[in-house]
Amino acid sequence: MEDIIISTLQRAMVAGTPLLLATTGEVICERSGILNLGVEGVMAMGAVVAFMVTMTTGNPWLGVLAALAAGMMFSIIHAFASVTLQANQVVSGLAMTMLGLGFSGMLGKSYVGKPLSIKMEDWVIPYLSDIPWLGKILFSQGPFFYIAIFLALAAWFFLEKTRLGIQIRSTGENPKATETQGVNVFKLKYLSVITGGGFSALAGAHLSISYSKSWIEGMTAGRGWIAIALTIFALWNPARAIWAAFLFGGIFVVQYLLQPLGISPNFLAMLPYLATLLILLLISLKDPKKLNAPAMLGEPYKRGER
Amino acid sequence: MKKIQRLEMRSISKSFHGIPANQDINLFIESGEILGLLGENGAGKTTLMNILYGLYQPDSGQIKINDKTIRINNPVESITHGIGMVHQHFMLVQNHSVIENIALAYKDTPFFFPNAKIKNKVEQFSKNFDFHIDLTKKVWQLSAGEQQRVEIIKALLNGADLLILDEPTSVLTPREIKELIFILREMKAKGHMIIFISHKLDEIMDICDRVMVLQKGKIVGSADTKNTDKNSLARMMVGRDVVFNTTREKLTKGKKTLAVENIKVIGDKGRRVVKNISFELFENEIFGIAGVSGNGQRELAEAITGIRPIFSGKVKMNGKDITNKSPRHIYDNGVSHVPEERIRFGIAPGLYLFDNAILKQHHLKKFSNWYFLNYSQIKNHTRTIVKKFKVSTHSINNQIRNLSGGNIQKLILGREISEQPQLLVASHPTYGLDVGATEFLREHLLELRKQGSAILLFSEDLEEIFELCDRIAVIFDGEFMAVLDSDDKQFSDIGLMMAGSKRIDPMEKQK
Repeated sequence: MEDIIISTLQRAMVAGTPLLLATTGEVICERSGILNLGVEGVMAMGAVVAFMVTMTTGNPWLGVLAALAAGMMFSIIHAFASVTLQANQVVSGLAMTMLGLGFSGMLGKSYVGKPLSIKMEDWVIPYLSDIPWLGKILFSQGPFFYIAIFLALAAWFFLEKTRLGIQIRSTGENPKATETQGVNVFKLKYLSVITGGGFSALAGAHLSISYSKSWIEGMTAGRGWIAIALTIFALWNPARAIWAAFLFGGIFVVQYLLQPLGISPNFLAMLPYLATLLILLLISLKDPKKLNAPAMLGEPYKRGER
Repeated sequence: MKKIQRLEMRSISKSFHGIPANQDINLFIESGEILGLLGENGAGKTTLMNILYGLYQPDSGQIKINDKTIRINNPVESITHGIGMVHQHFMLVQNHSVIENIALAYKDTPFFFPNAKIKNKVEQFSKNFDFHIDLTKKVWQLSAGEQQRVEIIKALLNGADLLILDEPTSVLTPREIKELIFILREMKAKGHMIIFISHKLDEIMDICDRVMVLQKGKIVGSADTKNTDKNSLARMMVGRDVVFNTTREKLTKGKKTLAVENIKVIGDKGRRVVKNISFELFENEIFGIAGVSGNGQRELAEAITGIRPIFSGKVKMNGKDITNKSPRHIYDNGVSHVPEERIRFGIAPGLYLFDNAILKQHHLKKFSNWYFLNYSQIKNHTRTIVKKFKVSTHSINNQIRNLSGGNIQKLILGREISEQPQLLVASHPTYGLDVGATEFLREHLLELRKQGSAILLFSEDLEEIFELCDRIAVIFDGEFMAVLDSDDKQFSDIGLMMAGSKRIDPMEKQK
């Protein structure tokens, strides 16, 4: 019994890792006022690029770097459409998802079904990993797990405790006021969208070179959409995204556990979205101001319109 | 030592799309001085200040600080020159705390831990000027007066020696106004200079050392407040002697249609913007409400037509209570409405002309049958309006957004009076229209009056008010300063009434 619980929790951490990475990225992006529905597409791009590069070079870290670069470059499309062209962000984001899924499928055609023999070693933290239960769950995981948590904490620190963070958040709340204080709102929006894209691509890289160690078209399987839901669930706070992501990772794992007991996996797959709706409802009922959604999220900012 | 001892603007001109907003304006201000900029809405006060703040570039003219010519390309440059501005609509992030807003604006905010590191400095600073604000509160939790103080702190912290305040009292309660005046005097004593924009004479006389009056983009006069009085300022601001129109046909007024009894209305910001207003309106009469916009006109019009709830008081149409009834109910009781912002509230821009021609009348028997619209009837009706009101369009199957403002307004007026309303509420019906369209619409209003309707006309244009109205009320800060017949000699002081400096009690008039 003990083993089952420990291994379940351990796998929940693994399943939650890509969610955390993508959610952190989306939080940064949305905090600057840009809604990016293209997470799924960027993730797929990250996954295929990481897999291809790792396969050819034999170095998973090169794969990670390549995925990061690809995700950031790919996100420029969304930044250009929504910031420079002031296009509808929903439309642009959906196009990104479709483009990313399709393009990644095309790129990775010859890699489908090939197993990856290179393994990323788990980082077993000395001493801490000897703690009963927690040691196995939290301190002997793959590198992505630690990277994801570190990046989420760093993102929280940057958004809340630095001048740049205040500027990014102000941009999402009131770009006009921010601009009159001499902040280049357009640059910050670009920066946030591109950084967010990099995070999504890292999530994809985790899926293909660490989690499943193979590539197949559509392997992101809706995780990008869950990340968007998680962004709301975490109330646009990267620190809160940490436990939210692992909670949802847990739901992922439980799907497989409960299947033999006759509970439909479809029902469980629905849970993350249901939980998000519920949280939104509860907070809205209590105090809509607490929802913390960036006030100008999704609104194109036109300079000089007064 | 102050960065700015003397600031001068020399022959500044600026126009937008060929329409001059500022023409050849000269202005100067010196250390320790409060300069008032007085003028009606649209006189060019804000444009002039936005030029000084670097938001606009002047077409010609120059700005000099301490006799050195400078260029101000953007607000940041303006701030480094020592200029600060408190906009009429505050530039604050509502969801952020006070300290975060200040950290965003302050030019020496450190990169790491900005809030914690500037906290002491801000606290010290606000103590100097006797501000009491909880820095951890979110901006939306503050009153308008407190928000304004945050704006002032932002400007002063960046070393503003010249502070521009755009209509600073328009959102404040009387007590907050007193506090603001106290702060401004304090700043003056410390050697700051202040440009104070307002259209309220009393405040200008009370606060400023010197005042300049703008009218239609030009300086029409300036004076030391010591050597002038409200009367001459008011005359300068309005800019013309009131002329009495005689072309309007004399009609005897018919029976009472509308009665408004002691109504109070709450504005968007939660303040009471219509305070205890009562009046009556009769058939064959045009009743005008004059005043600088933003003094409760919009809310009053919306309250009568059912768009905005009435806090207390009663509105009766032909003796029937229509207080807080639905707009449809009120319309069916004979009240039509030509709204203030015609594009936003008067039409559905993406729909065709014929759809727009029946926006409030689709439920009438002649236009619909059960759930189906009778389009042939509707199109005929539209053609009639288009013809009668000379709406210039190539087809009624045209999206209304493609029409010019004047033609849109003609269609709206045509729609609103096609059912012979007993009362028409018209808000700024000719605002922004060319001379031809304006005359045309005015003729139609007079025609409607002749046919026996009552018209409630809101306008900032005094010429229009005096040309059309039988009786006129002057509104200021949600109250009537006077209700008089339009040929009453006391209207020579209408400038004072519009600025809230003169009030004629209705009781006194009857004596």
